[in-house]
Amino acid sequence: MSHFTQIVVQAQDFDLAHEYQKLRNSNDSDGALVTFVGLVRDTNLQQSVSSLYLEHYPAMTEKVLNKIVEKARTKWLLGSVSIIHRVGRLDVSEQIVFVGVTSQHRQSAYHANEFIMDYLKTQAPFWKKETTTQGDKWIEAKASDRKKFKDWS
Amino acid sequence: MVMLKVLFFGQLKEVIKTECLNIEIIQNGKQLNTVAKLRSILQAKDNTWEEYLAYGKALVAVNQEMTSDDTVLCDADEVAFFPPVTGG
Repeated sequence: MSHFTQIVVQAQDFDLAHEYQKLRNSNDSDGALVTFVGLVRDTNLQQSVSSLYLEHYPAMTEKVLNKIVEKARTKWLLGSVSIIHRVGRLDVSEQIVFVGVTSQHRQSAYHANEFIMDYLKTQAPFWKKETTTQGDKWIEAKASDRKKFKDWS
Repeated sequence: MVMLKVLFFGQLKEVIKTECLNIEIIQNGKQLNTVAKLRSILQAKDNTWEEYLAYGKALVAVNQEMTSDDTVLCDADEVAFFPPVTGG
């Protein structure tokens, strides 16, 4: 096995243990493996959320995610990188996104994982619509996410 | 003459009730066919288009790459307008 980049956009769920194993098996030289999983919260802006609908721009999504990984690889010496993002209808507590990064030492993997999520949140063409007790509404982008993105440049 | 495929996503797509359209921009003297020009042509459709396609409210991508309003458009380009993204 050797280092890889995996980018997947899919409606179906993913298995964290399986994704972890793939990253782990990819090489014997990396001593760090950092994973992040984003989940659907039951409340947003004080409103009760029952489900999310995730839309994306298919032709653009994978291109952007690949570019984000390429950019991360120029900043840190990374081993394997995996991003899985789900689309369609997702219920409370379901998994939305997975980011896994390996590197020789932990600092690069920690930083790169956060960098990928901060870029994904502001650059990748996904849009969330939530179903709440007050009806359906599109989520608005957060200034705090834009700030995190800008802090990297 | 420039033929463009224009796509819309997220809340924008919903409020203007349009997912995709083909539009032809006719060359006006030496004026460049930029994203800004396309944006203003679309905004002239009605008040909803004007509001939701406003600069800052709708981001733009040309050929699947996010870009700015001064980008010059070429024949057969795919242009997409959408609200700031909210994935992750």
